[in-house]
Amino acid sequence: MAEMAREPSQQPTAPELTLVGKVVDGWSRFLDSDVFYSFKRSPLIIVAFAVTVLLILGAFLAPWIAPHDTTNMASLNLMDAFKPPAWSVGGDGSFLLGTDDQGRDMLSGIMFGMQASLVIGFASVALAAIVGTILGLISGYVGGRVDSVIMRVADVQLTFPAILIALLIDGIVGSVLPRNTAEELTYPVLILAIASSLWVNFARTVRGSTLVEKNREYVQAAKVIGIHPTLIMVRHVLPNVMGPVLVIATLSLALAILTEATLSFLGVGIPSSEPSLGTLIRIGQEYLFSGEWWMTIFPGIALVILVLAVNLLGDWLRDALNPKLR
Amino acid sequence: MSQTLAAENREVPDTRSGASEQPLVQVQDLARYFDVSPPWLNRILENEPRSILKAVDGVSFDIPRGKTFSLVGESGCGKSTVARLVVGLYQPTRGTIHFEGVDMATLKTRKQQAPVRRRFQMIFQDPFASLNPRWRVAEIIAEPIRAHGIMSDDGQIRRRVGELLEQVRLSARDGEKFPHEFSGGQRQRISIARALASNPEFLVCDEPTSALDVSVQAQILNLMKELQKELGLTYLFISHDLAVVYHISDYVGVMYLGRLVEWGEARRVFFNPQHPYTRMLLDAIPDLEMTGRQRIPVAGEVPSPIHPPSGCHFHPRCPFANDRCRSETPQTRDFGEGGQVRCHAVEEGRLPPPGESGALTAGRDLNE
Amino acid sequence: MSDTERTPLLEVRDLRVEFPTRRGTLVAVNGVSFDIKEGEVLGVVGESGAGKSLTGSAVIGLLEPPGRIAAGEVRLKGRRIDNLPYREMRRVRGREIGMVFQDPLTSLNPLYTVGRQLVETILTHRDVSEETARKQAIDLLAEVGIPAPERRIDQYPHQFSGGMRQRVVIALALCVNPKLVIADEPTTALDVSIQAQIIKLLKRMCKEHGAAVMLITHDMGVIAETADRVAVMYAGRIAEIGPVRDVVQNAKHPYTHGLMGSIPMIGHDTDRLTQIEGSMPRLTEIPQGCAFNPRCPHAFDRCRSERPELIPVDDTRVACWLFDEGAKKAAE
Repeated sequence: MAEMAREPSQQPTAPELTLVGKVVDGWSRFLDSDVFYSFKRSPLIIVAFAVTVLLILGAFLAPWIAPHDTTNMASLNLMDAFKPPAWSVGGDGSFLLGTDDQGRDMLSGIMFGMQASLVIGFASVALAAIVGTILGLISGYVGGRVDSVIMRVADVQLTFPAILIALLIDGIVGSVLPRNTAEELTYPVLILAIASSLWVNFARTVRGSTLVEKNREYVQAAKVIGIHPTLIMVRHVLPNVMGPVLVIATLSLALAILTEATLSFLGVGIPSSEPSLGTLIRIGQEYLFSGEWWMTIFPGIALVILVLAVNLLGDWLRDALNPKLR
Repeated sequence: MSQTLAAENREVPDTRSGASEQPLVQVQDLARYFDVSPPWLNRILENEPRSILKAVDGVSFDIPRGKTFSLVGESGCGKSTVARLVVGLYQPTRGTIHFEGVDMATLKTRKQQAPVRRRFQMIFQDPFASLNPRWRVAEIIAEPIRAHGIMSDDGQIRRRVGELLEQVRLSARDGEKFPHEFSGGQRQRISIARALASNPEFLVCDEPTSALDVSVQAQILNLMKELQKELGLTYLFISHDLAVVYHISDYVGVMYLGRLVEWGEARRVFFNPQHPYTRMLLDAIPDLEMTGRQRIPVAGEVPSPIHPPSGCHFHPRCPFANDRCRSETPQTRDFGEGGQVRCHAVEEGRLPPPGESGALTAGRDLNE
Repeated sequence: MSDTERTPLLEVRDLRVEFPTRRGTLVAVNGVSFDIKEGEVLGVVGESGAGKSLTGSAVIGLLEPPGRIAAGEVRLKGRRIDNLPYREMRRVRGREIGMVFQDPLTSLNPLYTVGRQLVETILTHRDVSEETARKQAIDLLAEVGIPAPERRIDQYPHQFSGGMRQRVVIALALCVNPKLVIADEPTTALDVSIQAQIIKLLKRMCKEHGAAVMLITHDMGVIAETADRVAVMYAGRIAEIGPVRDVVQNAKHPYTHGLMGSIPMIGHDTDRLTQIEGSMPRLTEIPQGCAFNPRCPHAFDRCRSERPELIPVDDTRVACWLFDEGAKKAAE
């Protein structure tokens, strides 16, 4: 009803918000948003969110809160090897989930392993999101030949399964570089390998949204004003195509963690001296039939819970950000 | 081909320095074709020819300073394409646009264009799509000010934004809100404020009230008229609503399938329409005064602009069409009472007077 | 009203449509009552947000969830239809109430030929052979002015132009001779020159088939040309209802009055259109008392506190305290 409310304005100028004001304002707008409302309303998502946060905290605080330091070879005692979980016969109270073949605590191993998985997951998704978004934005906004080239590259990329690309890159790096350098480069190589299979998704989605947004009238208005195309892309189009990027990033995180685990399981990822969920499962599965089931089952369960929680979050975010589905 | 409007309407008093002044905007033989062919492979496989959509085909008109020129027509007639050509969103296939005597095509670089661009702006149809949903209103309005370097001091810009908001009858404090917090009419006001931010002289308005309710439309039309008086603005107004066009315009052009079929001084076009299409459009307006006048609904529908009829595009729907209309494209001819008409029948003088063909018998209003 | 001998075809009493949302329940239609007599054209006019389309949807039982009829009743020929089970309501919709929507494409299935849709509708509601149904369909298409109906009947909706499609929709709405047709903005999506054709056709067809029409539109011009009576809606309520001539030419409610003045007309040379300040309130912030009071130039204290009911004035009924006898005397 305020359309014509010409209240005598005490301040003739539009007030400027301070940084703190902006943050407070942004936070209160978030608490009032439909996304937060839909979050509050679904217990499953609250649980998934809590589990994800717990796992991430556990992984990154591992050096301080893990019961044993599995990265320190000196602290290992081979006498502790093959201990079953604490609650079974022969279990040891200080090794809650048992130990592996070298006497490393499974729980601590999982925590450190998850840290490796998450670091690689976040980094590869971030890389893929940045590259994919930029390429998708350019492809959609500029169009023409640039668009054709980028999208054909993306098409070719899609014909290779993610694992194959990762194996390929890993293989090349492994054979070209000396062994020591290759091992030092394990993380960057894994991140690059996984990101190269993920960027296509970002690029395609961003391109699609950009094609829609660039014909909207606010973009045309910016053109009439005479704004430089790069600025239009960055300041007008980009903020309006970021919603889907967030969704894909979340879903890709689960995929990236799985890919990393798969690669490590196949032995081309992180070397077995450094635990990751994949390497833990690989080492454990050799003992699966000799009775030491905990060595592979617990990292497996951790992986399943992590991926499931992140996926649930991603699915929910997709629905919450898409007003048509609500 | 087209004489200047101002020259032909000397009897129309100009509010400014006189009728002989150069028109602010001159459009000469403007054309824009779009290639709407199917992709290359489909054309080869299905043996389809290239198809070219002549969205605008040889349109000429002038807009005197401080006046409103309206383009009216049905969907697909090319009126919005003309608007986008004039502001430079599309490049013309043929023809020229002069802004204060400067040929826009000679301005090649962004730097050369900037001083001219600042002086014309555009208002769009959909108030829900024309404002960036992620920006605060103050940032939206400040964008042209910053882009053209009109002001650089933040406090100064903030004051200017507040002034602009009050100029369109909003409150300066509305600047801190987001577009979704406003109604359609208020958003259109914000759109107008943004257009005014670079102190333009010429506004292109593409159906600015078509998405609004009538009572809100009245507010926006009143505002536009007030601003025109206050700031001496020149408008190119695009609309399909003849009553709105009558209310706001000094000059009216009627478009049909990419061609300007008739233009002239607004009262002349409405009360003494020449082209059969203009007469037909006027006749299609619902009668709010309930005089019981029997309207004669127009026969037929607008043909596809991709395959327009031969000769005069209007001939399949025209009751006065003959063989010449079907084969020969009529040329634009000057019309005695000002403006131009593109019609063989008018040229040959074989049309009945407007009243008898069922058009508005509103001559009485003129004679009073 | 004058003809008491005719029982109303459609009676709507105190209709209330609600939308439960997380910020509380929105009342989109509030206490709306009107009748439509047999063969009558009732125009329902209002700006966006007035609740006119929702009233139409509520009558035919097509409210989209979470919207629901919270109170009131709808009677067709004396029989309540607002609480019918879904299947039965569907029969009523096809057979007794026909529908014409703004976008002809939403009423036609793009995957079936026009003929198949007509024939199926006829077969569902009538006991005739398929050949007879097809013949009737062709006759109907000819009746709505589609050239070469024998050929066009086997074409798909996308092969028709916008105006022709709306003609098909009108044929579809009338193919089983319903007693009532609800037309929601039937001409809004069409070009100016086509609108007049379609309005004329709708009027003629309904007259010939003996159907009453509830014509929902924002376009006063369409109402003036078509309707017998008109209901003006504002913020979910009827502001004024009466014979079309009285409402269009001699509007009583300040809102209707302002609305009529704000329409530009050819031949009327005014520099300024009459302007109703402000805009229709959002459903979340409908003011107390008369919903129009903050925009009304004549508002007085009572308007701000007490909601006016429809008050009979001549042939019209107006929801405005200005026409309340008691208030008038007090003012004098």
